[in-house]
Amino acid sequence: MTGDPTHSGGGAGAPDEVVVDARGLLCPAPVIALARAARSLPEGARVTVLATDPAAAVDVPAWARMRGHRVLETTEDGEHLVLTVLLGPAKAR
Amino acid sequence: MTVDRVVLDAGGQAPLLPVARDAFLAALDEGWADPRRLHSEGRRARALLDGAREALAAAVGARTEEVDLAPSHTAALHTAVSTVALGRRRVGADVVVSAVERAAVLHAADFTAARGDGRRVTVPVARTGQVDDEAFVAALARPGVALAALQHANGEVGTLQPVAAVHEAARAAGVPLLVDAGASLGHVPVGDAWDLLAANPGDWGGPSGLGVLVVRAGVRRSPDRPSDEDRWFPGGVSVPAALAAAVALESALAGQAAADEERRALVARLRERIPAEIEDVDVAGPAEGRLPHVLTFSCLFVDGEAVVGALDAAGFAVGSGSACTSSTLEPSHVLAAMGVLTHGNVRIALPRGTRAADVERFADVLPGVVRSVRARLGVIDL
Repeated sequence: MTGDPTHSGGGAGAPDEVVVDARGLLCPAPVIALARAARSLPEGARVTVLATDPAAAVDVPAWARMRGHRVLETTEDGEHLVLTVLLGPAKAR
Repeated sequence: MTVDRVVLDAGGQAPLLPVARDAFLAALDEGWADPRRLHSEGRRARALLDGAREALAAAVGARTEEVDLAPSHTAALHTAVSTVALGRRRVGADVVVSAVERAAVLHAADFTAARGDGRRVTVPVARTGQVDDEAFVAALARPGVALAALQHANGEVGTLQPVAAVHEAARAAGVPLLVDAGASLGHVPVGDAWDLLAANPGDWGGPSGLGVLVVRAGVRRSPDRPSDEDRWFPGGVSVPAALAAAVALESALAGQAAADEERRALVARLRERIPAEIEDVDVAGPAEGRLPHVLTFSCLFVDGEAVVGALDAAGFAVGSGSACTSSTLEPSHVLAAMGVLTHGNVRIALPRGTRAADVERFADVLPGVVRSVRARLGVIDL
């Protein structure tokens, strides 16, 4: 199911790398899916979101700025965008 | 039951000013004829049309023969870019633009640059929406530039652009500068730092179906349409629309200072209340150096169309730069260039005479509207 986070890497019970597949979702759904995944993760965790909605290229960095996170990398993988975010302190979320 | 409508979306097309409506109706009687005809009725229409051009010229400090009337603001911008590019094709085919120009300018730049084997050079903007003037000046000073285009102010976010500094550099480089004053004329002084000036009567309370293009003598351009008596805009324009536009502009300019003060205070009030009363709002554009009546903000985790719809049901007409729920539309290129949240966007342009009580009521209603859209999307906890 799209929008659900998939854990990858990291130790059991304390994942530090999460992938959110938001391909096919329209704005604001990709940012919502990303924020939902980020909510349960600690500061310093990395979340990667895959999105086909062009608005995600702007809205993910804007969300990160508003919530104290940092976009580490933005790339395009064929049909979709790949953005990796480093999460900031939990209280900012 | 009737709902009192409050229009807060006057950008591009404001409610028609009463004086403009009166002038339009009078011109339907007096100026119905074809102004190209030589009989009395035709000459009367011609006199009204010439009078309108004269008044518009006076309002922007130009000569009457420098003013051309277009069938729309879009047509004025397209023609400005394409005719200058054609006239200066021996110099080059590149067109320098800011990233936040109106879509009509960007599209015309792409179109004409491709035709002449040149390119559109797009200069980025800061988070405030203001163009990087040093980068703009550097871009227009390179060889092969047919023309440069920089808006007077951005109609979506209200940011004023550094047109004076850019025009000075453009003049030194011998590159004509098109200034799109479509969001400015009638609201703030537009100055004289331009070689071509485009303006939009609908935006200052005139009728739709008309655009204005003012071109300084000495700017080289070539028609790129079949020959016609109306050289730049074949077929001419509606005489009643032209007269109403001129009358509306005179009225807008007469009340400009007062309208500036009133609307600036109302926008300042919204800039204060909205972030204080709604969580996670990204207010776009600078607090100073902006148009008096324009405000744009985006609400995190909200779809813009839902907010527009809910506000409409509550009696408020607002705009949006969001492209949510549509897989075919791109979000506002202006918000994207600024790095401002594109979803959940609400765009406001206050018409002249907006009442403070209506603005307060809007600010009262807005938090509940955003909260209900967030509740429906299940994002209150995020």
